Amino acid sequence: MLKKRVGIEVSLAVAEAVKQARAQVISAYPITPQTHIVEELSTYVANGELDAEFIPVESEHSAMSAAVGAAAAGARVYTATSSQGLALMHEILFIASAQRLPIVMTVANRSLSGPISIWNDHSDIMAERDIGWVQLFVEDGQEATELTIAAFKIAEDHRVLLPVAVNMDGFILTHMIEPVIFPAQATVDKFLPPYKPALKLDPAKPVTMGPVGVPEVYLEAKKQCEQALLDSKAVVAEVLAEAGKTFERKYNLIETNGKKKAKTLFVTMGSLGESVWSAVEGLNEDGEDVGQVRIRLWRPFPVQEFKKACKGAKRLIVIDRAMSPGSVCGPVAQELKTIFYKDKDAPEIVNVIAGLGGRDVPVADFKEMYRLAKKGKLAKTYTLWGVDSNA
Amino acid sequence: MIEIRIHGRGGQGGVTSAELLARAAISTGKFAQAFPSFGPERRGAPVQAFVRVDDKKIRLREKIYEPDLVLVLDPSLLDIVDVAEGLKKGGMVVVNSAAPAKDLKKKYKWPKAAAVDAAKVAMEELGVPITNTTMLGALLKASGIMEVAGMSEVIAERFGGKLGPKNFKALERAFKETQVA
Repeated sequence: MLKKRVGIEVSLAVAEAVKQARAQVISAYPITPQTHIVEELSTYVANGELDAEFIPVESEHSAMSAAVGAAAAGARVYTATSSQGLALMHEILFIASAQRLPIVMTVANRSLSGPISIWNDHSDIMAERDIGWVQLFVEDGQEATELTIAAFKIAEDHRVLLPVAVNMDGFILTHMIEPVIFPAQATVDKFLPPYKPALKLDPAKPVTMGPVGVPEVYLEAKKQCEQALLDSKAVVAEVLAEAGKTFERKYNLIETNGKKKAKTLFVTMGSLGESVWSAVEGLNEDGEDVGQVRIRLWRPFPVQEFKKACKGAKRLIVIDRAMSPGSVCGPVAQELKTIFYKDKDAPEIVNVIAGLGGRDVPVADFKEMYRLAKKGKLAKTYTLWGVDSNA
Repeated sequence: MIEIRIHGRGGQGGVTSAELLARAAISTGKFAQAFPSFGPERRGAPVQAFVRVDDKKIRLREKIYEPDLVLVLDPSLLDIVDVAEGLKKGGMVVVNSAAPAKDLKKKYKWPKAAAVDAAKVAMEELGVPITNTTMLGALLKASGIMEVAGMSEVIAERFGGKLGPKNFKALERAFKETQVA
């Protein structure tokens, strides 16, 4: 029996989810727009509501380093960050995945400086695309809550043993008050049993973690990690299905909505997917042949599932929320152009980079993108939405 | 769906008004969103907060450009901010003001207006000129979004045992004293 909807700031809902997941170590450094999450968790720990070690470190580099140490010692570990904070973690992020440590981290997506910006886009995580972590994107507060709990189950599965980043749009989600249904603690406990590490640092049974990888073994070690990430897709799908069943929702790697077998499909990742959903509904009411594909799992990229969702489509309008300067288009569009390369029935891929640095992208703008795409008036490379002089 | 924009000054509690209204609406089974104008907050500067209320899940992640209702916590904003910007045809501006609603409506050429001397009510009921909860009473009167009683639980939660009942009383009084034109 699920509880009723409550109105809550999504950051606080995520903190509640981490509490329900019974995280044992939280090491964190504050950064807007993530701060409310770890602030709330520190309160829980101080009040005795959460039996965990809260390590208030002096930087994000230390936050991730402490998370690595705690996870290596066998603890269930959580942290959260954003933007410059994620960038400062950079070198340790690779170590977390290479050591196969099941850390869960919320990334409250925010643009990177400069110019200095505290507002939302996906530049931070796109700069960390190749860290070897499982990377999920959520669209609303309910999903942020439930996938935070599910992320621990994915990370700690012995078939995975990799860190998981749960991406949620900064401000647009973190600072939004909206309805969330919390599962009962007993439901969470049943879904997510205590973490059983495969290996841990233990003075009674010493092991070495993080040694030098000489040229004779480095490549094999990297391949093993890559294989673990690729293989995690099946486990992510399995855990999402179970989460859906447990929380009475439906979670797939890739979701679709709008007109079935539509000729044109929007492709979105994160909270803008909701505005696009509304735009697609409106366009469908006007008789337009358009649908939408939403990417929930970004790494490992679910190639087959994505292609299946696009079957029969002639055109994809891919919304990116980060630039890839010097490349031909944004990172999501690059990914899709790669997977469809040389496919006989590959759809045309047009790319719109929108909403950088917190720029609002209203529903009307997505309808306009559709109209321009239909007339073939969007740039062949990419369109930087809202900027007058497109390259 | 009803879209509301709240105008106040940093520190006057406009964001709290938005939060309380959304949480109360959700507690009565509706769907709602409340959010501030994202960015650095400066005490005393004009600030905005936003609320959406609907009977079904709200799939929108954009600002509110065409509100149905505008709530103004501080009457000194009326001459420096176009509070009615984007207001829907037939929309209403709800103001903390001692002036009659019909005079405000005429002066600023609003489609509809509602007014209550919330500063006076807040001073008498709370002892401080903070009108964010008081003005929610005016908003409920003007909009009929929900029953006044629906606000009591979230106000008690937010303000506690001592200040909660006082804030709710101020809200109830503003509901009674608000005139609509």
